[in-house]
Amino acid sequence: MSAVKRNNRGIVQKAGFAFLAACMGANILFLGAILFFIAAKGLGTINWAFLTQVPRDSMTAGGVAPAILGTFYLTLGAILFSLPLGVACAVYLTEYSPKGWIVNVLRISINNLAGVPSVVFGLFGLTVFVKYLGFGVSILSGSLTLGILALPVIISAAQEALVAVPQSIREASLALGATQWETIRKVVLPAALPGILTGVILSVGRVAGETAPILFTAAAFYVKGYPDSVLSEVMALPYHIYALMTEGTHPEEQTRIAYASSLLLLALVLSVSMLAIWIRQRQRKAYHA
Amino acid sequence: MHDVNIDHERQMGMEGFHPALVRGPVGINLNSLGEADMFGSEPKITARGVNFYYGSKRALNNINIAFAARRVTAIIGPSGCGKSTFIRLLNRMHELVPGSRFEGEILLDGLDILSPACDAADLRKRVGMVFQKPNPFPKTVFENISYGLEVNGMTDKRAIEEKVVDSLRKAALWGEVKDRLKDSALGLSGGQQQRLCIARCLAVSPEVILFDEPCASLDPISTGKIEELILELKKEYTIVIVTHNMQQAARVSDRTAFFLMGDLIEEGRTEQIFKAPRDRRTEDYITGRFG
Repeated sequence: MSAVKRNNRGIVQKAGFAFLAACMGANILFLGAILFFIAAKGLGTINWAFLTQVPRDSMTAGGVAPAILGTFYLTLGAILFSLPLGVACAVYLTEYSPKGWIVNVLRISINNLAGVPSVVFGLFGLTVFVKYLGFGVSILSGSLTLGILALPVIISAAQEALVAVPQSIREASLALGATQWETIRKVVLPAALPGILTGVILSVGRVAGETAPILFTAAAFYVKGYPDSVLSEVMALPYHIYALMTEGTHPEEQTRIAYASSLLLLALVLSVSMLAIWIRQRQRKAYHA
Repeated sequence: MHDVNIDHERQMGMEGFHPALVRGPVGINLNSLGEADMFGSEPKITARGVNFYYGSKRALNNINIAFAARRVTAIIGPSGCGKSTFIRLLNRMHELVPGSRFEGEILLDGLDILSPACDAADLRKRVGMVFQKPNPFPKTVFENISYGLEVNGMTDKRAIEEKVVDSLRKAALWGEVKDRLKDSALGLSGGQQQRLCIARCLAVSPEVILFDEPCASLDPISTGKIEELILELKKEYTIVIVTHNMQQAARVSDRTAFFLMGDLIEEGRTEQIFKAPRDRRTEDYITGRFG
């Protein structure tokens, strides 16, 4: 091979890497730009009172504490509902179900569930939870609706995590006289936990930021004071932002608060993710010396 | 040129071979079912007429063999001869393979372990297994051993601790891990991990221990330690070891069984198998002519 040709290959490689680096840079640029603009417009409004007080004067003053709390309740409720159900589904699909076309159909259905537009989940929640089961527009209805939205993400992540657990340690457990159930509960699930938590992280991010599913099932533009039961209507950050930008009579003031709320929502989602990442790291350390 | 080819064929054991290669009934090994040759020890496990199929593929043909109590029996043979398949029948691990099927019976102290009436989990408490690749749980050293105890209903913390220490001592690992009980077992070396797996198996007090090529992934020093351990363990346990390594079979076993293409070709005292094999195929295998 000639020296020239070898040189060319070097240049092609450099160009390739440069292209990849540029893509990476663009990605970070978008993320940075979003953070920058939201922060620039919202940071000035955020202070202790904003975080801890209820809205006043037709949403033009005061804080967004009820919306923060509402988003927290809805997200927590959604995860409490979808985590056990999703993990149970994943365990059944990977550990118990007979292999074959039925399982494949189930898998495809679950993946399709992930592609359903979120407003459709909202209508479903309205029909089933709000009306049919009579939970009304409430934290409960909203949590269940968001939970169903989070299910496919959690199931997929849990399935991947379970499949990644080596068959050899299942065999080791069975060979000690453990039943399949003991093996799953005490060996397989703990080993899959870090992967499952990844699914939780992803779904928390999605659930906390969703507006459409809670539009008809949980959220209200304004609720006096704080929710006092799971059957209360709530304010929630994403819906609060939407409402501030589309309704009301003082756009000037409301826009300011909307940006501050956006910044808060971002911070909330990021901190939940950080917490989950921290838990996952701790688990990993315990398992892999 | 022509001569060389014929010679090659002969070396491969393909030509001028004992007609039995065409596969006649396995008759010889029935001798060993008699107790005369069991070192005065009762057979702990007796397999009779065992056939095994993966789907439509037959993996074992009419296996008849007995394993002497508190002795080491080595199973040797080339890859794919059915030795691992056979050993996994002895604690019903074959059930994990979907679409597999067996015929025949395997008796453990007279109990037919393959019958549906015998509970697989109960059986596996009595017949432990050490696998080809060390497979510790992703838990601490201590938990790796306490797990089997808890699963089998032990709840007293003190008793569990004692048993863990005792098992580690028996597996010649205590000295190396006594300060690392709370560390992840995955941080141990390969040889230590394998001894941990042996300790884990000993903790649930089995009567029989199956070793499925336990040294396949270990260095010679670790292998030596495991072999020493096996010799020590046979005082209390009935041991069946599958191995690719014929020197290992010769070093650790009292009896040796030779499998080939799903048939049990020959079984007898290890000395006899290695010094005076009765079957030509056994001789060809142990002298390295094929396999």
